[in-house]
Amino acid sequence: MTLTRQAPAPSTTEPALPAPRGPLSAAVLDALRTGGRPGGALDAVPDDVYGEDAQLTLYCLYELHYRGFAGVDPEREWDPELLTVRRDLERAFLARLREDAPVDDVRGPADVDAEMAGLLTEPTDADGTGVSHHLLRDGEPWQFREYLAHRSMYHLKEADPQAWVIPRLHGAAKAALVTVEHDEYGSGDPERVHARLFAAMMRAAGLDDGYGAYLDLAPAETLAEVTLMSMFGLHRALRGALVGQFAAVELTSSPGSDRLVRAIARMGLGPEVAEFYAEHVEADAVHEQLVRRGVIRPLLAAEPELAADVVFGVRASSFLAERLERRLLGAWGARATSLREPLPPIG
Amino acid sequence: MSGRNRVEITGEGPVLVNGPVDVTGPDGEVVRSERSVTALCTCRRSRRFPFCDTSHRDRERRAHRGGGSR
Repeated sequence: MTLTRQAPAPSTTEPALPAPRGPLSAAVLDALRTGGRPGGALDAVPDDVYGEDAQLTLYCLYELHYRGFAGVDPEREWDPELLTVRRDLERAFLARLREDAPVDDVRGPADVDAEMAGLLTEPTDADGTGVSHHLLRDGEPWQFREYLAHRSMYHLKEADPQAWVIPRLHGAAKAALVTVEHDEYGSGDPERVHARLFAAMMRAAGLDDGYGAYLDLAPAETLAEVTLMSMFGLHRALRGALVGQFAAVELTSSPGSDRLVRAIARMGLGPEVAEFYAEHVEADAVHEQLVRRGVIRPLLAAEPELAADVVFGVRASSFLAERLERRLLGAWGARATSLREPLPPIG
Repeated sequence: MSGRNRVEITGEGPVLVNGPVDVTGPDGEVVRSERSVTALCTCRRSRRFPFCDTSHRDRERRAHRGGGSR
């Protein structure tokens, strides 16, 4: 067999490169666009690793591992200079998260059980302060559409970041995690792939369902939730944190999705809009059980030293989720967009 | 999958049944689940009976986390 270097084929399914948000993202995006080397601006990781410049850069570097970008050579995924930038950003990101989501109190698997029990207690509909509670009580359709635009950064690649952890798990934990992932990917039915259900909901709500269509509008708080998953998934050393992140999502998703189903009905948006969240009420009631009983228990039985990282994954993802919720509710409270710019009017 | 059907009684909430199943309710109505694992409600509080919707969980009247599906 002869190996020849081929130019990447043009593709209409890959997203366009976004606009830069600072010197680092400008240098990295320029290197991706031109095929050149990243320039001298790469010496400094921005002081605020949670900020727009750092998070967009990290998001785009991770995107090379998913679908890439239109016109960018797929081989850039393994460009050593880009990987060096990624590593520097990851180290700064992880250091900040370890400060903001400390786990000094975690001694072993029993503390993981206590952490999970905390996630399983739900506030009443009237008392909850989260975005789904707001949307249920007072949400308006424009706010719900903004919510979907934020969420599209993850849901259009739903379950993909967690798939990286599969070869890093073994035995019972691997089998149970794959059972959950199989369900996320539609259990063999392409019509039921969760990312596809999300895309259908976006269309029904009058949004562009193109992969990455709202990247330029998505603020750092939104991107950080996705870069967190990618970082945890792509580092074997962080497999415990990935499992913790996965658990935090699966344990809290079902009641939140139920509120969103009722919010959609209250706003009069129609059942075709509610289908994605309706599916998640039942699916995640099962996934919660599988993650706790099937993944975490055997994982910690085999590797009890991962207990602190599992809790770190829960707390880091909750910390970032709360930052995003504050942005959404703060903006909406002021009748302003929660995105970087308002959504275009529905045609 | 091979061999016998597996059913797990969680004790805290639903009963987990392995494999796609047809569930017949007391009124004779059959509901189909295509999931690899199905969680059947045992507390009767589910809005999606016979399937679990986590309504068995404790509800607390205090501010707490609460995103949607993530």
